[in-house]
Amino acid sequence: MTILTPNGFSLDTAGRRIVVDPVTRIEGHMRCEVNVDANNVIRNAVSTGTMWRGLEVILKGRDPRDAWAFVERICGVCTGCHALTSVRAVEDALQIKIPNNAFLIREIMAKVLQWHDHVVHFYHLHALDWVNPVNALKADPKATSALQQAISDHSKSSPGYFRDVQNRLKKFVESGQLGIFKNGYWDNPAYLLPPEADLLAVTHYLEALDFQREIVKVHTIFGGKNPHPNYMVGGVPCAINMEGDMSAGAPLNMERLNFVKLKLQEAFEFSKNVYVPDVIAIASYYKGWLYGGGLSATNVMDYGDYEAIQGQKSTDRLPGGVILNGNWNEIHPIDPRDPEQVQEFVTHSWYTYGAGKNDVGLHPWDGVTEPNYQLGPAAKGTKTNIEAVDEAAKYSWIKAPRWKGNACEVGPLARYTLAYAHGVDYVKGQVDEALGRFNTLAGTNLTPKQALPTTIGRTLARALEAHYCAEMMLTDFNNLIANIKAGDSTTANVEKWDPSTWPKEAKGVGTVAAPRGGLGHWIKIKDGRIENYQCVVPTTWNGGPRDPKGNIGAFEASLLNTPMERPDEPVEILRTLHSFDPCLACSTHVLAPGGEELARVTVR
Amino acid sequence: MLSMISLDYDDTLMASAGHQAEAILDEVMTKYKGNYILAVEGNPPLNEDGMYCIIGGKPFVDQLKKVAKDAKAIISWGSCASYGCVQAARPNPTRATPVHEVIFDKPIIKVPGCPPIAEVMTGVITYMLTFDRIPELDRQGRPKMFYSQRIHDKCYRRPHFDAGQYVEKFDDEGARKGYCLYKMGCKGPTTYNACSTVRWNDGVSFPIQAGHGCIGCSEDGFWDKGSWYARLADINGKGFGVEANADQIGLAAAGVVGGAVALHAAVSALKRAQHKGDAK
Ligand code: SF4
Repeated sequence: MTILTPNGFSLDTAGRRIVVDPVTRIEGHMRCEVNVDANNVIRNAVSTGTMWRGLEVILKGRDPRDAWAFVERICGVCTGCHALTSVRAVEDALQIKIPNNAFLIREIMAKVLQWHDHVVHFYHLHALDWVNPVNALKADPKATSALQQAISDHSKSSPGYFRDVQNRLKKFVESGQLGIFKNGYWDNPAYLLPPEADLLAVTHYLEALDFQREIVKVHTIFGGKNPHPNYMVGGVPCAINMEGDMSAGAPLNMERLNFVKLKLQEAFEFSKNVYVPDVIAIASYYKGWLYGGGLSATNVMDYGDYEAIQGQKSTDRLPGGVILNGNWNEIHPIDPRDPEQVQEFVTHSWYTYGAGKNDVGLHPWDGVTEPNYQLGPAAKGTKTNIEAVDEAAKYSWIKAPRWKGNACEVGPLARYTLAYAHGVDYVKGQVDEALGRFNTLAGTNLTPKQALPTTIGRTLARALEAHYCAEMMLTDFNNLIANIKAGDSTTANVEKWDPSTWPKEAKGVGTVAAPRGGLGHWIKIKDGRIENYQCVVPTTWNGGPRDPKGNIGAFEASLLNTPMERPDEPVEILRTLHSFDPCLACSTHVLAPGGEELARVTVR
Repeated sequence: MLSMISLDYDDTLMASAGHQAEAILDEVMTKYKGNYILAVEGNPPLNEDGMYCIIGGKPFVDQLKKVAKDAKAIISWGSCASYGCVQAARPNPTRATPVHEVIFDKPIIKVPGCPPIAEVMTGVITYMLTFDRIPELDRQGRPKMFYSQRIHDKCYRRPHFDAGQYVEKFDDEGARKGYCLYKMGCKGPTTYNACSTVRWNDGVSFPIQAGHGCIGCSEDGFWDKGSWYARLADINGKGFGVEANADQIGLAAAGVVGGAVALHAAVSALKRAQHKGDAK
């Protein structure tokens, strides 16, 4: 039977049902079921968040100044963006203006996080959907060296360097313990890279693994540790002392800032010479695989972030808004306070809003998070052994957020689509240049409107955004130095630190351009305590279930009409789902360092 | 790390998914029966028949029990696996339960912290592989080599504590000079961990050096022991010097309920502070 959804997708459940559970290389827990037709083309997709931990319930009655640490633990990877959103929400509610130094330090931390998250996502969570490490053994290191030199100025480009990596890889494979590469789909024809490109990517997998440990040290300087650096309401806890008594023991002094600057510059070089060129080069081998666009071709949204001038939303360097129906000429403004705009639905989620309210949408300030686990009549298996969910009923631990009733995709691709449509010069220049390089390598002639709304476009937008962040954080750093030089060393505004200075009741909202998309926290404070707290996170937008009208979300939409080489090997499903960088830890409001995973280690 | 161990099942990193991923679990369990170490991050929720966390259509707790059965030992990585952590904070809506309350017949090594220091995690596992034995544990099951001292015992701001020099509010003169954060709610005096010695991310810094008090993230139930910014309470009790180790704290706390452990350990700090007429 074929159904046409209100948002224009046709779903057919007739064909064979395939279940992928767990979906690996994501944060948190996720299940995906699809139906494929006789030609192995995906005709129905069902995305299920498989975990809930009840953070909103836990936050009730606590001190709003403590909330950042609770929500920071929602996720072990995008650590810090929830903390930032939380302090912004509390400061919004209490009308606290933070000092400019604190603003700049938070901006640097947010962009470091964005950069780090994007790099780790591409090389460690996503690359194996495109790159075949086993095939890299067949590469001629000279060819890899030539490829490297053709695509960028990266200094590590000699044949000997690549031969060395290849030898290490060979030993690893020969030892018979393939570890995390085990049971990969390495002979699947969906892998298209020539061996020299596979070796290039595997080499950079290792380089990125080393460098990601370096860049997070910026968080260690400003926030004391990573993951989960410290934040505070009213500013940042790291006081500045450039030259006074006991400067050496102060959180920030010249030595500390020099260290930060060095790391920021190294990050800039890495995304310029390694990350961005790699994505373009790899993409060019997949020029015929332009699937996975889904909702991004029509509806995208973001709240906007990265003010060039503190407190002036209009100076956002990645401006927000909503684009509907693929009309890039009209950008709808978004207001997270408007009760009619952002709403969450639980018709198909394992929550209840109370009797008779199954199809109601609630704005987050009035949000309710009450679990209600039940499988639909058409589900297969039992309550504790699900073989197949029933998507006509409740089927996920994620809610379904909508903007004025519209399902939207969020994430770097959404932000880049918006920025391109807004005419942001830097972004336009980046996209046009990257696409030019892609078209030259691939021998194609794709326009941004054709290339961006695809799985590849999503991966490219993320890389470009990482490099834009590297550029912006260097600017932020220079502004920080200029501000200190001008005589301002303030890092915290503690006028309203004491809860006795607060109004009896207050409500606020904080938004952040988180790595996976627009993130919002809504808080209500009463008598100095949290009365209600709701997070609407990016993967809720992308991975949420259907709404009462039957509109499907971004994950489900993106998988439709994709042909699978071998239905039992979900390479294509993983490739597209991973292009969103799903974080199911966030979307179900869970927390755990590194996701609640079961890691197994075997002793030799 | 990867050169010493084989990371066969780690659902954040591994290439395969679905059945193929689950197949690896089965293979390792058979091939290395009784000889593998199970490292658990996170913890199983028990309410709703365990279905607040589902893997392969089944409760996570089932997978945990199945894999634990033939493990040589279990490492509880982080505060979640060790104590329950934030999802177990009041009112613990999903009944998130630490590993040692679900698995009873295996040696369990707790490496708490939210998260634990990476170098400490590496230290514990390489110790086990190199010396082929479980490190000496304290009464709570933590490796003594990293958890036998409080942050406060080796804190570089300790001389300011002893001298009665405190940060009175964020970004004041004391904050810029690196004075003691006790009055800003620092939980260093009651927190057993290696942050002030090993430090974080290759020894670059640690929370107190970056200006925020310790929030006590490696202690059992730290989410429910009052605000990060609330000063450790003053109670009458027996104090502990720097030389006290976790065992003594544990003994003293036996028979005392809940948050009392933290309070006991705080006493030495408070006695000194009081002595300076500075406790309020
Ligand atoms: S109270 Fe905190 S800041 Fe002060 S000396 Fe102890 S651990 Fe260090």
